[in-house]
Amino acid sequence: MNKNMRKRLIRIIAGIVLLLAAVLIDTTKDWINILLFLASYLIVGGDILLRALKNILRGKVFDENFLMSIATIGAMIISEYAEGIAVMVLYQIGELFQSYAVDKSRRSIGDLMDIRPDHANLMKNGDIVKVDPDEVMVGDNIVIMPGDRIPLDAMVVEGMSMVDTSAITGESLPRDVGPGQEILSGCINVNGVITAEVTKEYEESTVSKILDLVENASSKKSSSEQFITKFARYYTPLVVILAVLLAVLPPLLIDGASFDEWTYRALSFLVVSCPCALVISIPLTFFSGIGGASKRGVLVKGSNYFEALANVETMVFDKTGTLTKGVFEVQELKAYGISKGELIELAAYAESFSNHPISKSIQKAYGREIDQANVSDVFEIAGHGIEAVVGGKKITVGNTKLMKQKNIAYDEVDLVGTSVHVGIDGEYAGYILIADQVKEDSAQAIKSLKKSGIRKTVMLTGDNKKVGEKIAGDLLLDQVYTDLLPVDKVNRLEELILQSNEKKTLAYVGDGINDAPVLARADVGIAMGGLGSDAAIEAADVVIMTDEPSKIPLAIKMSKKIISIANQNITFAIAVKIVILILSALGITNLWVAIFGDVGVTFIAILNSFRAMNFKD
Amino acid sequence: MKKRFIIEGLDCASCASKMEVAINKLDGVKEASVNFMTQRLVIEADEDKMSSIIEEAEKIISRIEPYSKLKKA
Repeated sequence: MNKNMRKRLIRIIAGIVLLLAAVLIDTTKDWINILLFLASYLIVGGDILLRALKNILRGKVFDENFLMSIATIGAMIISEYAEGIAVMVLYQIGELFQSYAVDKSRRSIGDLMDIRPDHANLMKNGDIVKVDPDEVMVGDNIVIMPGDRIPLDAMVVEGMSMVDTSAITGESLPRDVGPGQEILSGCINVNGVITAEVTKEYEESTVSKILDLVENASSKKSSSEQFITKFARYYTPLVVILAVLLAVLPPLLIDGASFDEWTYRALSFLVVSCPCALVISIPLTFFSGIGGASKRGVLVKGSNYFEALANVETMVFDKTGTLTKGVFEVQELKAYGISKGELIELAAYAESFSNHPISKSIQKAYGREIDQANVSDVFEIAGHGIEAVVGGKKITVGNTKLMKQKNIAYDEVDLVGTSVHVGIDGEYAGYILIADQVKEDSAQAIKSLKKSGIRKTVMLTGDNKKVGEKIAGDLLLDQVYTDLLPVDKVNRLEELILQSNEKKTLAYVGDGINDAPVLARADVGIAMGGLGSDAAIEAADVVIMTDEPSKIPLAIKMSKKIISIANQNITFAIAVKIVILILSALGITNLWVAIFGDVGVTFIAILNSFRAMNFKD
Repeated sequence: MKKRFIIEGLDCASCASKMEVAINKLDGVKEASVNFMTQRLVIEADEDKMSSIIEEAEKIISRIEPYSKLKKA
């Protein structure tokens, strides 16, 4: 509770004390009681009256300050002092609670997002200088002490340690790191001192990206938020007009209807005319949801995507790096005319500029330093492979499509895996068979997705039919499309969108550079974060930080819960208001019920919205 | 171009949506959004009109919530 809130609380308490005094002290002189009532009223509601007055002077009439002022002043005029003041007191308590709840929620998500590193230990001519992470350049060496937050994305040069990545990935097990391994900013170095070479400037580092993403999340609003905004715009004026009619018409039209009686009924209208409960609880729900999801390693870029996720009917997956580990290992080599060692060396050199997982695995299998000065004229053909000149020879490395295109006769490989064919100066030199592994939780993820109501699961892959169908079969996917170029993936996705129910959504899960257009085209694009490329993360709507497919059913479950909380709040608040409006018009209820209705609904709706942050599996 | 701001002291959810509606009506604004929870204002608008839009937005904000202030994010 901050200073301002404490002041408000003190005023409320002082007001209540005076009010009780006015009610309980039995003086013979009425004016003393009235004076006490007035003092109580001004202490509790003075700021509201002042604001209402200021707004009227600015030509803005219909706001909650005005409504509360009219309702309470009206009550006083018909000599219902205690009730008028009680309405103001309860209203103020409700407002205070709202501010408190919003503040608390902003704070708890702030804590959650408290991954901003405050300094970096820069190595400068052998000394360690404490600097702002902003000032560190790519290639600088930084020292990370045990307990420190890693300030920038970097590669370990020296030292071994354990790294706690939970702030970034939600993964609770610490990871071992040693020389040559990448470390992500925002994680915490647990035990060893490590020296690392910075690979990305602060602005480009993981931590900045995530903060940016979360802070700017929900600039895209869900349809329930839009509904509330619209609803609030019409609801308040409508209720106020009804209140005026209720106060004026019956006394004029009905014999014996008293002005006081109907004014009193109309005042109840004004008390429930404030749409606060709705207006505050819906964004609070989604905000809590975004916070709760990021705590579990799922970043959602806007509250509208919760809606889309909750409505997913078709789930389309990329294979490599999404359902499989994307860690390829060379399983078999076949060389013609050269040794196996030479074959892998040439392939590794030709692929040395590529970041594709397959290239990486070939480089890894080669295992020696690659002198890139020996490589020139590198030409990458997306979905096919690479051509490069290595030591004066033209090396063609890629799939069968590339071999066909270059008119190189090749072996038909009948093994499960990805075969990379190699040509030297247009002559076939052999192939390298590389196989990937399915992620441990992929099968489980697909199973839970089906249980949670996903009607169709599809896999799109650039890989060959054999590999694709084997994996799709193992994972029990409904459909698989193989041998796809990046363009084909978009086309296939368009087809799938056309086939699907218009009211339902289609989600695409991917990771690579090739996926960015597909991610952008799907109703919900889900990117696998850790391994994924920056482009994919940018194009995606939801980012899974841990690379685990099992987070997807979790995200869907969370979305469903969040949407249902939002709906509960909307229905509950509107229903209670309507009931109070009807009861007030009939004169069955009184101001007390009305204000309890209004503030009580706000209370319950806010408490309910906090549930969106805490999700149990 | 897109510009981001923080509205300090934004304490009323319906004011946030009123600001959003009003800023969206300004000439040259492609899309404006006010997020009540994160207190953020994002304006997407033509570059040449941006400075006048920001001026107008500031006026709108202080009219709707006199205690709040527009700050660069």
